[in-house]
Amino acid sequence: MSKTNLLERRAVVATLLDGRKNAIAVGGLGASTYDIAAAGDHDRNFYLWGGMGGAVMIGLGLALAQPKTPVVVITGDGEMLMGIGSLATVALQKPANLSIVVLDNERYGETGGQASHTSGSVDLVGVARSCGIADARSIATMAEIAAFAASMQDVAAGPRFASVKIDGANLERVLANRDGTFIVSRIRQSLGFMPI
Amino acid sequence: MQAETKAAADGAPAWPEDIFQSLKRYDVRQVAYVPDAGHSHLIERVIGEPSMRAVSLTTEEEGIALMAGAWTGGQRSVLLMQSSGVGNCINMLSLVQIFSLPFLTVVTMRGEWGEFNPWQVPMGSTTAGVLELSGVHVLRATTPEEVVDVMEAAASQAYNACTPTAVLLSQRLIGAKVFVK
Repeated sequence: MSKTNLLERRAVVATLLDGRKNAIAVGGLGASTYDIAAAGDHDRNFYLWGGMGGAVMIGLGLALAQPKTPVVVITGDGEMLMGIGSLATVALQKPANLSIVVLDNERYGETGGQASHTSGSVDLVGVARSCGIADARSIATMAEIAAFAASMQDVAAGPRFASVKIDGANLERVLANRDGTFIVSRIRQSLGFMPI
Repeated sequence: MQAETKAAADGAPAWPEDIFQSLKRYDVRQVAYVPDAGHSHLIERVIGEPSMRAVSLTTEEEGIALMAGAWTGGQRSVLLMQSSGVGNCINMLSLVQIFSLPFLTVVTMRGEWGEFNPWQVPMGSTTAGVLELSGVHVLRATTPEEVVDVMEAAASQAYNACTPTAVLLSQRLIGAKVFVK
């Protein structure tokens, strides 16, 4: 890529989750789930290996059920585009504890690097804002990432949305756990819920 | 039609209220929906109920993902939709199996009983098959009297046994949509 000032995805996600405390992190299908795993496995990591387009809605269901717990969805531009309507649904619900971060490399990295709509005309920050998410921003520096990570802990001021233009390099996969019942049960247990 | 005959007495059939009471009894806290005329009373009741969160969706598959999050966060949920919405859910229904979700959906049927609009027929004809192929158990209510029992059985197996379940509300129960009087 010829673009400059692109952030490195693993550094972005590591910084987002560094001071996470009790936050729940939802990763979208694809590289964002590997990025979350690379930052370190955690009881409250919600890894997705399917259900493309569902990451933000999983975050919404969690945020509504646990309003005092920070919930952050970290997903890619392709996954976000497939569930673009969920930004409208989130805006209507106004979950104050939900943060959404899109790692935007303007391509479908998992399938060979085909261009996504954000490489052309689509402005995800504009979409989020137009849907009614007032706190929607484009992030270009690691200092802004650190500030956003701190703001995620404020469970009274969301929902918030950030798009981060990242380097398109395909990094080595860091394979997260892919047993769905384990992933869900582990988060439930950390929240104090017993198996049925 | 039976539903319309019963409705004539007091202006509104009783079965939508039966569904609402069943959801309340099972402590359902998040109610995701894409509106349908057959669900209108139920949606109004949910919006007015402080213990429930009504979540209006832009498309039905959003509801499946919402339910996965709700359950992970410790809350029961339900998805209300029309038969045409079932087709929109197919890939996202994989979450129901992957996470062993306590999944319940209540589906108003179109395209099967005195339907005026031919465009409703293809999806209405395959609704039950699509759900079953996707791993969802299908129960059906066709008369107002059986709605209570069907909902009770569905909620019990969905929430107590994590058995993914759909309740189909027959178009005969709801009444065919009238386009031309």
